[in-house]
Amino acid sequence: MAKLKPLTELRKEHFHFSRFPTTYCPGCGIGNVLQAVTRAIDETGRPPESFTFAVGIGCYGNIGNYLDFDELRLSHGRVPAMATGLKLARPDLNVIAMMGDGDATAIGGNHLIHAARRNIDITAIILNNHTYGMTGGQYSPATRLGDYATTAPYGMLEPAFDICKLAEGAGATFVARTTTFRMVQTIDIVRRAIEHPGFALVEIDSQCPVIYGRMNRWGDAVSMLKKQNALTVTLEKAKTMTPEELKGKIVVGIFKQAVEPEFTGEYYKVINRVRRPQDAS
Amino acid sequence: MRAKPRARLMLGNEACAEGAIAAGVRFFAGYPITPATETAEVMARRLPEVGGVYIQMEDELGSLSAVVGASAGGVKAMTATSSPGFSLMQEFISSAIIGEYPLVVANVMRLGPGIGNIVASQMDVMQARWGAHGGLPMIAFCPSSVRETFELTIRAVNWSERLRTPVLLMTDGVVGHMREKVVIPEPGEIELWNRPLPAVPPEEYQCFDPGPDNVPAIPPFGGKYRVHYNAAIHDFRGVTTMADPKWCEYGVRRLAAKIEAHIDELTETHSVLMDDAEIAVFAYGPVARAAEASVRQAREMGIKAGLMRTVTLWPFPEKQVREMAKQVEVIVVPEMNLGQMVLEVERCAAGQAQIESVTRVDSMLITPKQVLDRITAVAPRRQIPWPS
Repeated sequence: MAKLKPLTELRKEHFHFSRFPTTYCPGCGIGNVLQAVTRAIDETGRPPESFTFAVGIGCYGNIGNYLDFDELRLSHGRVPAMATGLKLARPDLNVIAMMGDGDATAIGGNHLIHAARRNIDITAIILNNHTYGMTGGQYSPATRLGDYATTAPYGMLEPAFDICKLAEGAGATFVARTTTFRMVQTIDIVRRAIEHPGFALVEIDSQCPVIYGRMNRWGDAVSMLKKQNALTVTLEKAKTMTPEELKGKIVVGIFKQAVEPEFTGEYYKVINRVRRPQDAS
Repeated sequence: MRAKPRARLMLGNEACAEGAIAAGVRFFAGYPITPATETAEVMARRLPEVGGVYIQMEDELGSLSAVVGASAGGVKAMTATSSPGFSLMQEFISSAIIGEYPLVVANVMRLGPGIGNIVASQMDVMQARWGAHGGLPMIAFCPSSVRETFELTIRAVNWSERLRTPVLLMTDGVVGHMREKVVIPEPGEIELWNRPLPAVPPEEYQCFDPGPDNVPAIPPFGGKYRVHYNAAIHDFRGVTTMADPKWCEYGVRRLAAKIEAHIDELTETHSVLMDDAEIAVFAYGPVARAAEASVRQAREMGIKAGLMRTVTLWPFPEKQVREMAKQVEVIVVPEMNLGQMVLEVERCAAGQAQIESVTRVDSMLITPKQVLDRITAVAPRRQIPWPS
């Protein structure tokens, strides 16, 4: 990995700094994720204008206000479907689909698994803060069992999705999990995900200190990150642990990386085969 | 050189697909639903032949989302569905209005509510106007024939591009599943409109700057211009300003104004035997063809009947209906629903003519006799010849 660029430079190149301060709460993990994603984009060496962000609705939905990239921000949950249409129509673009846990796995769950199944070359970044932050802390499909939310005042009764297992089962060819604490690893994994020729999903476990942290007595951002790190287990280590020992842990690493036929490429092969020049008006 | 003859017998849904291709549509996302599926089937086969893309999505929400994605990429895009799918798409029709995505949704109407049946109706014509949350003006065309389906699909694509707004093609199971002759024009014979492109350099560019005609010039992704599509209330830069009542008011009124400015160009009506008419029939879609037959039969009986057929459902042809109401005594409005557009006719007639609603909701096409019966029932007695 190259030497990290100073934040001032990163801001100048990829952000509308004049629009700062952001609307995010102090200590929010979205900043960490954006830093990692923009650094990863830099590291790919691909031109910034070749990247388009498809963004859903949620706290991270506002990232387009600050990011100096082309952006498609339209609707809650439909990000994988919008990104699919965009990538198919414009195979030359690098499409980054930014979603939250509620956006990607609740309202958008169906679109997510089908984008994964098609193995279309989209990089899905799921910021998992285990709650709906923007609407004030309702439970999401990624809220941990027993945790509190405004709509789970007696504790969460539904088991949480394992987003990485979901993506792997649906057919994603690159699946990884990382955390906002592990910034260096996050940059590296996001870069690999962008460079992966197929559907790549990266789940980034993130802190939400003001909403989720307060409600569940996890403390401020720093203590949340410390607790997150204490729960983190690398994939190598996880292989030596029993399912009981792994309960409640955050397993990080690349779970799957395989090259399989990519949908856009396969479709354009069909176009090349059946295209009739006389009709190509 | 051209293998296909220019005149072809075509299914209504096929004419929609061919019209779209002629209009430059190169992306179609669909989800199977009767009686609209043939459009998707033709597109799946035809689009790759012209370098375009067809994709079958996981549901109707997904199809319209994918269409939006492709449209943002700079490609002319559309989908086709039928009534239950049209309900699912309302979310993204609304989003596309404020995001200002050019796209076309063809709704081959079937009988509702719910799953209803799979034949035909005109039950979604009010939904076309009011279905998407926000209640902003819509553009919706309604063909009476297969040939007109071909032409109106092109017109729908053109208007969506010019005004950067979703346009609806409200066809139905009768026209969608009817076979008629269509003469396919040569590519150069069709007038095509494209979305406006920025006239300023990238550093001065703001993607939602509306320009003189209230239509922002937004280039495709991937260029030097930075584009922030945003379906929340936004400023000229595309930055969310939803907490600012000023931008809310401006945003909503501008989106309405850009369509209202073109009402005269958008509304098209055809009159038959209206010059001296005392009784008018106002109809749209295939019902207008039955209505024309009934008007001619009424004339044979000595009744001064005429027809106004509207091609544009929305914006509603207010001026034309107002003028008609001044001229005639009675306006008969036959529809394959419980009476929807008749409300608009009543509103525009404003008491100047007697309004008669003729409805049919058994999923069958209204017959000329049904309309004629109403015409003779309301005709002044002196006009009806005694039986010989």
